[in-house]
Amino acid sequence: MTATLTQYEEVTARYEPVIGLETHVELGTASKMFCGCPATFGAEPNTQVCPVCLGLPGSLPVINATAVEYTVLIGLALNCRIADWCRFARKNYFYPDMPKNFQISQYDEPLCVDGWLDVEVDGSTVHIGIERVHLEEDTGKTTHIGGATGRIHGATYSLVDYNRAGIPLVEIVTKPVPGTGPLAPVVARAYVTELRDLLRSLGVSDVRMEQGSLRCDVNVSLSPLGATEWGTRTETKNVNSLRSVERAVRYEMQRQAAVLDGGDRVVQETRHFHEDTGVTTSGRSKEEATDYRYFPEPDLVPLAPDPDWVESVRARVPELPSTRRRRLAEELGASEFELQSMANAGVVDLVAATAAAGAPPAEARNWWLGYLTQKANEAGVEPAELAIGPEQVARVVALVAAGELSTGLARQAVDGVLHTGDDVDAVVAAAGLRRVSDVDALAAAVDRAIDAQPEVAEKIRRGKVAAAGALVGAVMRATRGQADATVVRRLILDRLGVTE
Amino acid sequence: MADELTRRTAAELAALVAAGEVSAVQVARAHLDRIAAVDDRVHAFLHVDRDGALAAAAAVDARRAAGEPPASPLAGVPLALKDVIVTQAVPTTCGSKILQGWLPPYDATVTARLKAAGVMILGKTNMDEFAMGSSTENSAYGPSHNPWDLSRVPGGSSGGSSAAVAAFQAPLGIGTDTGGSIRQPAAVCGLVGHKPTYGGVSRYGLVAFSSSLDQAGPLGRTVLDAALLHQVIGGHDPADSTSIDAPVPALAEAARAGARGDLAGLRVGVVRELGGEGYQPGVEAAAREAVATLEKLGAAAHEVSCPSFRYALPAYYLIAPSECSSNLARFDAVRYGLRVGDDGVRVLEEVMALTRDAGFGPEVKRRIILGTYALSAGYYEAYYGQAQKVRTLISRDFAAAWRSADVLVSPATPTVAFGLGERVDDPMAMYAADLCTLPASLAGVPAISVPCGLSDGLPVGLQVMAPALADDRCYRVAAALEATAGHPLIDEVPPL
Repeated sequence: MTATLTQYEEVTARYEPVIGLETHVELGTASKMFCGCPATFGAEPNTQVCPVCLGLPGSLPVINATAVEYTVLIGLALNCRIADWCRFARKNYFYPDMPKNFQISQYDEPLCVDGWLDVEVDGSTVHIGIERVHLEEDTGKTTHIGGATGRIHGATYSLVDYNRAGIPLVEIVTKPVPGTGPLAPVVARAYVTELRDLLRSLGVSDVRMEQGSLRCDVNVSLSPLGATEWGTRTETKNVNSLRSVERAVRYEMQRQAAVLDGGDRVVQETRHFHEDTGVTTSGRSKEEATDYRYFPEPDLVPLAPDPDWVESVRARVPELPSTRRRRLAEELGASEFELQSMANAGVVDLVAATAAAGAPPAEARNWWLGYLTQKANEAGVEPAELAIGPEQVARVVALVAAGELSTGLARQAVDGVLHTGDDVDAVVAAAGLRRVSDVDALAAAVDRAIDAQPEVAEKIRRGKVAAAGALVGAVMRATRGQADATVVRRLILDRLGVTE
Repeated sequence: MADELTRRTAAELAALVAAGEVSAVQVARAHLDRIAAVDDRVHAFLHVDRDGALAAAAAVDARRAAGEPPASPLAGVPLALKDVIVTQAVPTTCGSKILQGWLPPYDATVTARLKAAGVMILGKTNMDEFAMGSSTENSAYGPSHNPWDLSRVPGGSSGGSSAAVAAFQAPLGIGTDTGGSIRQPAAVCGLVGHKPTYGGVSRYGLVAFSSSLDQAGPLGRTVLDAALLHQVIGGHDPADSTSIDAPVPALAEAARAGARGDLAGLRVGVVRELGGEGYQPGVEAAAREAVATLEKLGAAAHEVSCPSFRYALPAYYLIAPSECSSNLARFDAVRYGLRVGDDGVRVLEEVMALTRDAGFGPEVKRRIILGTYALSAGYYEAYYGQAQKVRTLISRDFAAAWRSADVLVSPATPTVAFGLGERVDDPMAMYAADLCTLPASLAGVPAISVPCGLSDGLPVGLQVMAPALADDRCYRVAAALEATAGHPLIDEVPPL
């Protein structure tokens, strides 16, 4: 099954990739695309269904106006032209997760066309053209039981959940993106990341790749450097994480290069990405030959968005992530790179809010990018889902700045908040975490440490200041870490009559 | 008494029930008894819902007993419902084996409106499978028989409803018309049948054959009855995006006005292309006589030419099969209806294929294959695309005709009822039964068939077409013609 791969450096030394991305986004509307069923995720199978989304004989679709509005909002945010007249079309094919054995989609008359999205990669801007943004209905979800692959072939039986059938789905298709060279995989990932952030900022979807509300197909072709014609492309489906987007493009580049190196032709086909192994495998060649027999959906009337209404939607396009990043870069005094790191970690809003709550931007950034991202990773959640929020982080920063918490104590305080969900002050009080900076209280501990290790004290007196660390450690242990190590060190040296 | 009740018009029955002279239950029983007595010969019904009809009748009576006004002008009137209209918990087969045993979990909008109006649904009537045909011979459950001559077809696809109404099993029937399936059976059974303006009656719950053409409409023995029924089922429905958001014209009023027999100032266009070769002389003669009658009532008739009408048949047989090939894809054995070959070994595609092979009849298969081909990449423009252009041309012919005519008329069918078995092996001959009715279907304009005499003892219908949303004109002209005859033609039907 595993294909021969060419070393990545060799690929990019000889070939130029062209990439293209098709992204499917489930819209976060209250109801489905063509009926009134709830569009929420995670309900018991086949409980959010009705005659329409089950495609029962006689049932008819009615367009969800909010889904159209969300699509126009996405189109406008992607700098598209909004069609003044368009239609839905039927895409005909048989599959058990399709209640009607056709999908209501859009074909040659999409709602939004010809836009663009700029993405930042390594400090430079890549301009990604958007071919179209169209609206369609999602299919049901099949689970194939038995068989080794989890695919329908070889399965003993299949379970179908139609809760997802009819959920509004927006497809965003890029124009082919040439000229990115070795950066192609990174550009692909950066585009999907940027798109995800943009969709999130529009509030039109929860864009969770792990729940399938954002799904990606990647198109890749290679041509020899300097060639005037592009190569044959493959379409890799089932690419369901940001990391996978990058891996899938990279893998396809390496695989196609090996094919071309061997003097063979790349087959135009659908391929499947395997999350576990990182490889792509050929889909059934039959799929490529499918004739969907598109024709205008006769059960729906054409959609003709009123220009005034489109303008009113345009006025509601919020500040987009790229604009916001530039503004925040200024406000937070962060570099583009630092902002990119924050964006990748999903903490831009958290840092901004923490800064707004009074923390110095650099401190806010350090907390969220460092310790808190680590905690989120450990817990397997997004930083925004942690039990600690910007207000609490700002309070921790303030306590540190006031000298009441050391860095170590501050982390313990954060841990306490994460554990208990209480606020910082309550955690500090309950656990007795206040830093001991009272010199009188510390003096006794210092004396005890000197008395306990006279030979170390003697070394210090003789000028070997570095040995003070052992005594500082003893004091810190004795005060259960609540002492300020700097103060302790100064007290020890004072006591022994030594200066640094 | 019971026999007398079944001879009454819907309007008369509603009045009797409203006045308390008979109960709705008595009316329902009389018709159920009639069905029990004659349907073994007529075979109009696929399913008789005795309990449902009597329960609906009891509700009408209870409402009257409580002193409430009738739910509608048709409260307490029984009706025969074509089996392509979905009825909750009552079998709906569309005349097909593939839906055998399916109990729909919901009511069509038409069904719901009938129930809300206090109309008693007696049962579901026979039809050509998925409404594809002109004789009911494509029903998987055997054909219906024309009450005028049991060896002849009652028309189709709504032949079960037309046979039921003509056999006095019900005063009213619901049909659906895609290319003529209300008007043609009405014509050959001596009834009034109206295809509303496309979008005039909700399609929600009408199992789709060709979505851009299908319309449900009334069948009755008089123009007024048809108008009253149309008013009950018509009007905007948010569940059907193609439903027109406009008030239903005052149709019963138009029928009553027409019955007064004054058509002064009405411009009648006689369509040149809907006549001549292939038309029986007796049919053409009856239609000519009807036009002469309209002129006597004050109308001015002249010939109009609609040259694109001659392409209606080929255009229709590309558009309707194309849409049906997609609409009927859902019958796949996965969720409901027939399942064949599911032995735990065969894969899904085989079970789907075996089920569709066993579940669909030859005409349905023919049209699915035709439509699949017409929509295929590389053929789409030449077939489906071209047919849509013809459709536009036909609409333009109508638009041009409306400049000189308020209504257009033609025979409703080229021939009177043909014999059972006569055309089953000749699809083109069968398709020709819809020659007159196809243009109005493709253009989405309203058209009525009203009895205009007999030819060789069999009924002939005159088709009256009007501009979109002017359904009232159809009823007015039809009622004027009906009034001149003195009594409804159906009174002349020989006893069974």
